[in-house]
Amino acid sequence: MAYSDSERDGFRLSQLIYDSRYRAITIQAVTLALVVAGIFWLIMNARNNLAALGLTPSLDFLSNPAGYDIAFYLIPYDSQMSHGRAAFVGILNTLLVASLGCVTATIVGVLVGVLRLSNNWVVSRLMAVYVEGFRNVPLVLWILLFFAVLSESTPAPRAFKPDENGVSQASMYLSDSFAFTNRGVYTPAPVWSDGSGWLVAVFILSIIGAIYYRRYARKLLFDTGRLLPMAWPALLILVVPALLAYFVLGRPVTLDYPTLGGFNFKGGLNIPNSLLALWLALTVYTGAFIAEIVRAGVLSVSNGQTEAAFALGLRPNRTMSLVVLPQAMRVIIPPLISQFLNLTKNSSLAIAVSYPDVRATLGGITLNQTGRALECMLLLGLFYLILSLAISLVMNIVNNRMKLRER
Amino acid sequence: MQGDNISYVRTKMLPEATPPVSQQGIVKWVRENLFSSWLNAILTVASIAAVYYVLSGFLPWAISPTWSGTSLANCRDILSEAGRVDDHGTHGACWGVIRDRWEQLMFGFYPNDSYWRPTTALVLFLISILPVLFTSLPRKLLIGTAVAPLILFWLIWGGSLWTPITVGVGFVLGAAAFKIGSDRSGLIVAVLASLLVTILFWLFLSGPIATVLGKVIPIYLEPVRSKDIGGFMLAVIIGLAGIVLSLPLGILLALGRSSDMWIVNKLSTGFIEVIRGVPLIVWLFTASLLLNYFLPPGTTFDLMLRVIIMVTLFSAAYIAEVVRGGLAALAKGQYEAADSLGLDYWKSMRLVVLPQALKISIPGIVNTFIGLFKDTTLVMFIGLFDPLGLISAIRATTDWNGVYWELYVFIAIVFFIFCYSMGRYSLYLERKLRREHR
Repeated sequence: MAYSDSERDGFRLSQLIYDSRYRAITIQAVTLALVVAGIFWLIMNARNNLAALGLTPSLDFLSNPAGYDIAFYLIPYDSQMSHGRAAFVGILNTLLVASLGCVTATIVGVLVGVLRLSNNWVVSRLMAVYVEGFRNVPLVLWILLFFAVLSESTPAPRAFKPDENGVSQASMYLSDSFAFTNRGVYTPAPVWSDGSGWLVAVFILSIIGAIYYRRYARKLLFDTGRLLPMAWPALLILVVPALLAYFVLGRPVTLDYPTLGGFNFKGGLNIPNSLLALWLALTVYTGAFIAEIVRAGVLSVSNGQTEAAFALGLRPNRTMSLVVLPQAMRVIIPPLISQFLNLTKNSSLAIAVSYPDVRATLGGITLNQTGRALECMLLLGLFYLILSLAISLVMNIVNNRMKLRER
Repeated sequence: MQGDNISYVRTKMLPEATPPVSQQGIVKWVRENLFSSWLNAILTVASIAAVYYVLSGFLPWAISPTWSGTSLANCRDILSEAGRVDDHGTHGACWGVIRDRWEQLMFGFYPNDSYWRPTTALVLFLISILPVLFTSLPRKLLIGTAVAPLILFWLIWGGSLWTPITVGVGFVLGAAAFKIGSDRSGLIVAVLASLLVTILFWLFLSGPIATVLGKVIPIYLEPVRSKDIGGFMLAVIIGLAGIVLSLPLGILLALGRSSDMWIVNKLSTGFIEVIRGVPLIVWLFTASLLLNYFLPPGTTFDLMLRVIIMVTLFSAAYIAEVVRGGLAALAKGQYEAADSLGLDYWKSMRLVVLPQALKISIPGIVNTFIGLFKDTTLVMFIGLFDPLGLISAIRATTDWNGVYWELYVFIAIVFFIFCYSMGRYSLYLERKLRREHR
């Protein structure tokens, strides 16, 4: 053999540093050792400190009675229930404001983003002012400002009470259904009595039916070229069975209107101003970011695509829905989902208006009452982390689906 | 035939007619831009109505002769003298609070007679970043930029001048060790040697040296506690420190996440995902409530320093993701070209890959910085007095009890100016760098 590999003869220690084949291993081993040592040091410190305080980490406190009230809850809760239940109430509140915010922020963002591209000078300028104005001011300030507007410029509930002349200072809207007060908005609440389950089932079935009708119509169009009307039959399928069921079952769902009793409203649904302020602020703030994403997405589709579609004889509407939007969506969706992620995390700013989200219950009152800062913050961080990772997972799936299928 | 002589074609040109009114000038512009269709017309009218509604509510309130007001009651007197009274009381803003509390909004509870220190520090900072922002200046000036943070620290927090100087000497020693190490043996040895020298110097030598020098030549400024620092000064300090520290850390994390080394890659990924997955406010609470659990008993740690560390880690994770996008967007040929030139990893990154990747990620990086600056307002929830946190302090005084719209508006405007100009600078930078591509 003409060449022999002399380096194989022996392994010298210096190769760990100078030989690029082994150096990677050295670097990784050193990094890992440092990180493990650091974490070990932190854990030992924590153990010693906790032992000095006479605390042992445990999650038992979650089953102890909480002993505090929560101003707004979606599942039944009172102060006799456990800390775990209180944390769960907070989690639901966080999820509520986050999902409400995601829906409305998307609507606002898409509208503003499209309007900002409009040829209408006044409209596009106005939208630019909206986007720049809301993006460049801290979210906390918007939350505080909206809260101040809602609670300072609305009357107290007792202002709705008629005085001796029968005149009240404030009045409700839409035939006594809605009242805007400094304690929140009172709206009619649906009351689900016997048989409402059937009604919901019928409605869900009709949604499925409408989807299947659209699918069938589309298949017929592609197979035979026959064009069935799509919009109004789908709407009929959606509405008629539910309406029929509503009356056949004897009106199982009724509305409970808020009424003034004493100095406050009774009945109905009370949406606290803290929730409204947080929701509004998250909507307009994230909406401004989404508007920019939508605008960038639409602009990213080159003009040639539109021209090509016109050259094929597609009408402007069809061009938008069949050519421009599918390509724009590929650019829009990933940053849109990361905006949802931001909105969800920003909902923790509920602290500014004392909306009882998970940070306020688990990471606030529970933490202060039990003194278990370590466990509470760990659980809180874990909740947000799992939520974020779940949203990232959805994002990855969507990304893979939307990826350009190249040969 | 007689008809043959009649010309069917005009022999003389018609004089040019002016276009119809509807096809020229402002009328045409208005027709095409504002009222081209029914929908457009409705939108135009609705937007003008919305603008009118907002301005008619805001302007009469904002334009108010109360700049000289000394308290809320005084403002109301001024307004009622001006005849601006309706059923609900006086109508108009009370801008006196801004004039009266201007210094507090800027400096928090910083000692009055030392306002020159943060001001000088700001000017010094602006001068020291000039060589970074404008590449045409001589490169030697960068030495000044490197020294500036120590002087800024001394100006703001006070104490003996020798403390920052010995800290700086530690850095110089570390750099010297790195230089000697990399000349004698390899990169790893050099890094380890410089870390060792620096840490040993700080642990055992810098303290005594500073004490001795402080006794021999006392140069001393009145020390200021961190909790007295507030207002926009606090936001700017946290924001700038976060920006300056998080950029290099973020780049390192991004390199780690796109590295081939499995352990480094997974560690960076895990760090980035954990930091990004949890809201900043939770991290800040961790810093203020939990950090003491994880440090040896008896360690006290300045709250502001903790906040700066947390904010830095937080925005570094975001910057890492932005830079990773830039690294991924770069053509693979660039990496391969650098490798084929025989450049080692750090040289290929420094000379070939990063300059291009960072250029792509400038908008994202600046957006992260803007986010970081806005997020400095969150420190009010852990007891630091940022501008928003000062609102409650100002309203707690008898003079200004009940005033807040004015403060909100003022703070919003200041933040807007900061963030908007940062965004504009990023656009300018993007355009300037793109021009080279042509």
